[in-house]
Amino acid sequence: MTAPGEEEPVSSDFVRSYVITGGRSLPSSDELALHTLVTLAPERTPPLGAGPEVTAIWDLCAGGYLSVAEVAGHLGLPVGVARLLLTDLSEQGHLLHRAEPPRAQNVDRATLEKVLHGLQSLIS
Amino acid sequence: MDSNPSSAETAQGSIYVSSAVTNAAKILVVGHFAVGKTTLIGSLSEITPLRTEEKMTQASVHVDDLRGVTGKTTTTVALDFGRLTLSEDLVLYLFGTPGQQRFMQLWEDMARGALGALLLVDPARLEETFPVIDLVEGYGLEYAIAVNTFDSSATYSEAEVREALDLLPDTPVVYCDARDQRSSAEALIALVRHLLERAA
Repeated sequence: MTAPGEEEPVSSDFVRSYVITGGRSLPSSDELALHTLVTLAPERTPPLGAGPEVTAIWDLCAGGYLSVAEVAGHLGLPVGVARLLLTDLSEQGHLLHRAEPPRAQNVDRATLEKVLHGLQSLIS
Repeated sequence: MDSNPSSAETAQGSIYVSSAVTNAAKILVVGHFAVGKTTLIGSLSEITPLRTEEKMTQASVHVDDLRGVTGKTTTTVALDFGRLTLSEDLVLYLFGTPGQQRFMQLWEDMARGALGALLLVDPARLEETFPVIDLVEGYGLEYAIAVNTFDSSATYSEAEVREALDLLPDTPVVYCDARDQRSSAEALIALVRHLLERAA
């Protein structure tokens, strides 16, 4: 069950997100979807003056591929904030991406079949 | 901030997606507040389900806030998700969030690239499902209904659920126990079979 507090009014963390992003508005999901897989590209050095959040993302992403949502979840950041920082790192060439979803909403039959077989083997 | 992955998972191996994985699929698990979304995700996920707190800013009309903040209020809405590796090169992410119209930006994010939605229903609170169905249909998502049978004394037949929710004849209705991995997987299988039929 979803714990109470799934939706509760808060205000204290709002300023923090604003500071982390340097006051920029959050990017749309065009670049990085929630389930796009990202990892650190080989032999990169962290950007100068990286803040604690960027440093934490850097360290986490150095270990292997994770989805954008997992990066946010592990670091306790809202998805929008994590995505903005990941988009910055990506534009600077620090990240590799996998599994970027197609722009159109057309569902690919081969993927559906793979998902079906995977789920069936889970319980067989 | 916790920059270290949880120790339980690192002890088992890795929090990371296997390096052979090249494709990630996404299915939404939606439903009203406290219907069992997080439970179902937890039953299926190979990682400890993760939660992010999304801060939603809402315009508010003439709020006389005691601290002098005017014009906007923020609300936190939780986004829960889990992961299953389904084959050597494919992972499936399950994303769960409550169905409230005002969290549009979160829904747009979740819906983009999603295969479809499993819509969890508590038979004792069928009316709370209406706005969620509207949202799912509004985003053009295909869906299946999973009636969560645990923790509810009300039992309705499939025909009653169909009629109450005004479902199309080919929309699957399955009964599941969100605490049970097998039952939860079977609900997802019903959804994916439906998606395959619709994609045909």
